[in-house]
Amino acid sequence: MNELKFGVVTFPGSNCDYDAYYAIKNVLGLQTEFLWHKEKDLKDSDVIILPGGFSYGDYLRTGAIAKFSPIMDSIIDFAVKGGMVIGICNGFQILLETGLLPGVMLRNESLKFVCKDIYLKIINKNTFFTSEIKKDVIKVPIKHGEGNYFADEKTLKELEENDQIIFKYCSEKGEISRKFNPNGSVMNIAGICNREKNILGLMPHPENACDPILGKTDGALIFKSLVKNLLTQIEV
Amino acid sequence: MFKATVIIKRRPTILDPQGKAVEQGAKLLGIDNVSQTRIGKYIEFYVNTDDKISADNEVKIYCEKLLSNPIMEDFEYSLEKI
Repeated sequence: MNELKFGVVTFPGSNCDYDAYYAIKNVLGLQTEFLWHKEKDLKDSDVIILPGGFSYGDYLRTGAIAKFSPIMDSIIDFAVKGGMVIGICNGFQILLETGLLPGVMLRNESLKFVCKDIYLKIINKNTFFTSEIKKDVIKVPIKHGEGNYFADEKTLKELEENDQIIFKYCSEKGEISRKFNPNGSVMNIAGICNREKNILGLMPHPENACDPILGKTDGALIFKSLVKNLLTQIEV
Repeated sequence: MFKATVIIKRRPTILDPQGKAVEQGAKLLGIDNVSQTRIGKYIEFYVNTDDKISADNEVKIYCEKLLSNPIMEDFEYSLEKI
């Protein structure tokens, strides 16, 4: 009992679902199940992962069609009730389209698909996703063509005031400037939460920085922090 | 039945990197006088009803909920009876 379960959603066109499944199940050793987009059953998952990829071919706009998948009704319901949801890359784009997180994603300023390791500064350490991370800067890869986060002034102000900005792109030493922004995102934003801090969306891929064989393991810190906090919550 | 045509444009305040890149192409072509290139979407489809009001409603919902994202895009449409 008390073992947490992760559910990883597979949409048509998801391509990081197996990466997330592998990282959480095989590397971190946690219970993990795939959730098919046509189902409505979340299989008693404690955490839902919306993985990266190109759901529905990213036609119209990234994430625009995935938001109408049957599983999304259950996930919206789960999230609104306080369930933990992580949207990675395309998963983040889906969260924006559903309105669970504010803002939109534009094409990268460079118009190029960017695939490389980047550094993230943890802006808010007071969330389940980040409170157990000792470092201030973590290294994880990005791989996207549309990661240029945008929101209007009012939304940005709200994000700042409510400490909803979780990760910003930075240098290895933690310096935040345009120079270290890989896609042109406003305020160097790489990841945000909702006001209640149970829904996290981020462009970088923590699941690709879990297995030591890949030479980087900082991504695992996010999952470990979440698991530790959830287990503590259950015990209390 | 109606034929609907929808035009979706990025809101004027939203950056359009694609438009910018295409405009660079124009410069390479030797076209110097174009500016403010913005790229949108043109969509057409049929609405299988003869009732103008319900056609109007359906197109509006389609545009608002799926075809465009109101945070970054504006849409306009027209209906032609066929």
